[in-house]
Amino acid sequence: MKYMMLVCTDVEPDPDHENYPDVEAWVAQNDAAGRRLQGAQLAPASAATTVRVRNGQLLVSDGPFAEVKEMIVGFDLLECADLDEAIEVARAHPMAWAGRIEIRPFADVDQ
Amino acid sequence: MTEPDRAARRDGGAAHRASADRAMNGDGGTAAGRAAAAQAVAATAVDAYPRIVAALIRITGDWTLAEDSAQEALARALTRWPVEGVPANPGGWLMTVARNRVLDVLRRAEVERRKLRELAVLALTAATTEPAEEVVDDRLRLIFTCCHPALALEARVALTLRTICAVPTADIARVFLVSESTMTRRLTRAKTKIADARIPYRVPRGAALTERLPGVLAVLYLLFTQGYDADGEPAFAEEAIRLARLLVRLMPDQSEAVALLALFLLQHSRHAARRDTNGDLVPLDRQDRSRWDQVTIAEGVRLLGRLSHSGPYAWQARIAACHATAARAEETDWRRIAECYDQLIRLQPTPVVALNRAVAHGYASGPAAGLALLAEARTGGALDAYPLALAVEADLVARQGDRERAAALFREAAARTPGDAERRALLDRAGPG
Repeated sequence: MKYMMLVCTDVEPDPDHENYPDVEAWVAQNDAAGRRLQGAQLAPASAATTVRVRNGQLLVSDGPFAEVKEMIVGFDLLECADLDEAIEVARAHPMAWAGRIEIRPFADVDQ
Repeated sequence: MTEPDRAARRDGGAAHRASADRAMNGDGGTAAGRAAAAQAVAATAVDAYPRIVAALIRITGDWTLAEDSAQEALARALTRWPVEGVPANPGGWLMTVARNRVLDVLRRAEVERRKLRELAVLALTAATTEPAEEVVDDRLRLIFTCCHPALALEARVALTLRTICAVPTADIARVFLVSESTMTRRLTRAKTKIADARIPYRVPRGAALTERLPGVLAVLYLLFTQGYDADGEPAFAEEAIRLARLLVRLMPDQSEAVALLALFLLQHSRHAARRDTNGDLVPLDRQDRSRWDQVTIAEGVRLLGRLSHSGPYAWQARIAACHATAARAEETDWRRIAECYDQLIRLQPTPVVALNRAVAHGYASGPAAGLALLAEARTGGALDAYPLALAVEADLVARQGDRERAAALFREAAARTPGDAERRALLDRAGPG
């Protein structure tokens, strides 16, 4: 089952910086296990552009589509057996400590 | 709820209420025969229903199909048993009927052969009177799935009540103060999330079990308090006890599960004495202790002897035991209760525990000690939202001799209390004025 892992900032990170897991070890381990199919860190939200088309007209605006305190700073595409496995993968990512991570399953298009 | 529904709930708990209604209006057998059969169905259903639903969910992965089929089996028992007599193995009979219905539906849907084969195997295990180990595990799996932390807490409680206890959606909706259609949507959303996010149908092992069990126990605890609160649904407390018993039977080595069952029993032992004839709550110190259920208390105390480790529920249960085993209110061992709260607050540093700790020390060492701890508990406005804190202060102030200030505090607490019964009890303590 494919899960999109959206890596976000958070206004209240875990204060214990010393204990944050190492991101490179995380990537290496999950790549080797075949659980991480792809992933990237994103440029800051200040580099984001939002695009809409309304009545056939292109509307381009500066910034992310939602003005929130938490910002998406990266993503990883996971292949996991079930949600519990995806949760275990996410908890070992440093941004689960420094920020927050949303795990969203791919929609089952066959249904 | 109709009268036969209530009767079914009292007699057997988790019997499917709509089916009971249908049977009452059915035309099979004599009235007495129907009643006896309905009772047999109710008694069997308590144990068999979650077993059947859990097994069918594991095999089909389809919650709705599993529930519908189990309920259909109960409904059929209610029409057939009065005429044909109660079968020798009622649980196996229900499992067979439910399984056959699933097979019918699946055959029509032409699903994979594998599922059909598994069902054929299930039919063999259902035919034996002793439940197979695998079937027992299924119910545990179902509990852990219903209580998965990826579901909203209210959804977990509702799903547990609906799927494992077979409580009608309308009853659950009433307790959560929402319409039946809202509750139906909430349950559907939870089941959809289980399927879409692929929440596993599995009992976690090792470290994961240690992490997840408290969440399961929290759902049971909420279920129990929901039934125990002044305006709650009393039958939910009994469902919570039944589920806790099941957990303890399936996971006898989990100390906190045993402690939770003990806590439930010790609290529930007082249920007959908790209200006066007007339905108003009677405070612990004024309850008629001869109406406390001594058998239940003894069971709770016995369970406490089995604990190998002391978590939050263990300390809460020990506190409940101190109250339950005091022959008179004046004989309550407040010093021991205060010690238990000193332990509990280290594990569970919540405002409510801090408040109760102040009460305990107030009785153990005098009102001044209680007021000092109350002031500590209120630091940073932690208890501003609890009218009970005012009532506690009122009680401590009264025991210091300031009746006037106490009455004012009791009235203020009453004004901020939402529950009718609790409010009346507080006004009563404020006295005339």
